Amino acid sequence: MDNQSGKLEKKVEAKNVCAYFYGKQALKNINMDIYKNKVAAIIGPSGCGKSTFIRCLNRLHETVPGATLSGNVYLDGKDILKNEIDIVLLRRRVGMVFQKPTPFPTMTIYDNVASGIKLYGKISRGDLGIVVEKSLKQSALWGEVKDSLDKPGISLSGGQQQRLCIARALAIQPEVILLDEPCSALDPISTGKIEELIHELKSNYTIVIVTHNMQQAARVADFTAFFLLGELIEHDLTTKIFTTPKDTRTEDYVTGRFG
Amino acid sequence: MENNWKKQNPIRKTKERIFLIFIFFCAIMAIIPLISVMGYVFLQGVSAINFDFFTKLPTPVGEQGGGMGNAIIGTIILTGIAAFVGLPIGVFGGIWLAQFGDGKRGFFIRYSADVLSSIPTIVIGIFAYVLIVLMMKRFSAIAGGFALGIIMIPTVIRTTEEMIKMVPRTLYEAGLALGIPEWKVTMRIVFRTAWSGIFTGIMLSIARIGGETAPLIFTAFNSPYWSFKVDQPMASMTVTIYNYAISPFSDWHAKAWAGSLVLISIILAVTLIVRKFSKRVRYG
Repeated sequence: MDNQSGKLEKKVEAKNVCAYFYGKQALKNINMDIYKNKVAAIIGPSGCGKSTFIRCLNRLHETVPGATLSGNVYLDGKDILKNEIDIVLLRRRVGMVFQKPTPFPTMTIYDNVASGIKLYGKISRGDLGIVVEKSLKQSALWGEVKDSLDKPGISLSGGQQQRLCIARALAIQPEVILLDEPCSALDPISTGKIEELIHELKSNYTIVIVTHNMQQAARVADFTAFFLLGELIEHDLTTKIFTTPKDTRTEDYVTGRFG
Repeated sequence: MENNWKKQNPIRKTKERIFLIFIFFCAIMAIIPLISVMGYVFLQGVSAINFDFFTKLPTPVGEQGGGMGNAIIGTIILTGIAAFVGLPIGVFGGIWLAQFGDGKRGFFIRYSADVLSSIPTIVIGIFAYVLIVLMMKRFSAIAGGFALGIIMIPTVIRTTEEMIKMVPRTLYEAGLALGIPEWKVTMRIVFRTAWSGIFTGIMLSIARIGGETAPLIFTAFNSPYWSFKVDQPMASMTVTIYNYAISPFSDWHAKAWAGSLVLISIILAVTLIVRKFSKRVRYG
């Protein structure tokens, strides 16, 4: 985890990203590099713009009425905030898992995982089966659901539902995975499973995780960014953020003096 | 002094009781019309119901027997035409309202739908008469179905909107985040999730138009024959009941009662079944 050695490869590069809701600024000039095959955690108090920031990375932010954004976000060097970018294709490269598990209520477990593929293009049934199985194995859910793939997705427990959503996001084979407080609705055991999963997924994906839980950031992330009131205060190796932060505000936050 | 709170005030207690009895009495009064209408229709109509009633054509005055099979079929066909006219507009319009109806245009359309639902149905019948009957120069099932279809639109558009709005936005976002094109997210995820509620609204609006008479009198008119051609006049249960009821013949009166009983039973059955099976879905 030495960012000096030059082994780090920039996957996502945010330049002067500003986001607004009905003209009210929610993000102020965020400049942040996210490195390939690393886990980047974003921490900060509620309402500091953590979720808004990652929602800019797959351009989900602008689907909210009144939401606008400016700046540049480069994915492999290409600016994805440009108008000519095909947003559907972008979202297939940058997957996302939300705070609350969101299995599609009308679909079975199998169809939930397959939905991103089936509702996009044509695929043979055999290939689809292989992708579904692979995704469920990657999200460590296969063993628990392999005999009940035709049961409704919402019949699973909360933790299983969240892993189902991760499987669903993996099925479209994205390059970057955005996790928006994926464990905040889960119990410690489910949380542990998802954190393990993050460790395993890191080798194939670039992961950005928003979390309220500082211990979680310390456990899973290679890099940590601290956001406060819409600004990026500090972004560094996780170990540095938690042991020798440069900014006193970061120190106050990670030591629990506020937030 | 300290024990005073335990003592009951007898006058206040009596007032409480009188008030309770009064509101209960009013609540009972509310269901008396329903029960008496149903009971009376049943007593009057049940004797004229037999197999022929459902399968035979009406007989000329003075001739015994016969039924209103053509009117039953006619009502089904007219309802079908109405659904063909009203459902696409109502359902897709409702989807638009739910997803993009926040602005002025949405307000205008929503408001118009509410106004449309308060327009007397006979006026909608006149509209269909002017637009279709005068143009075709004859009464037709199309004109009747068209009028009924317009009557369906407000109910369907508003239930669709409400049901779609009840689907959490997170599901919509989850679909978009998977790189699914927006219209597919809307139709295959959001609409499907809301479907059972929308279906309830559709069935209730169908039950409602099944009982409409006024908009049919001068559109579909009536017919004493088996009529399957949609560009021709067509019998319907309600208009047949109306014609029979205002006639001076006691045999026809009995048939009007029987028709009423059948119509009420169908509408009641549809309403009850739909309400029973349209359980609130869990949205994950």
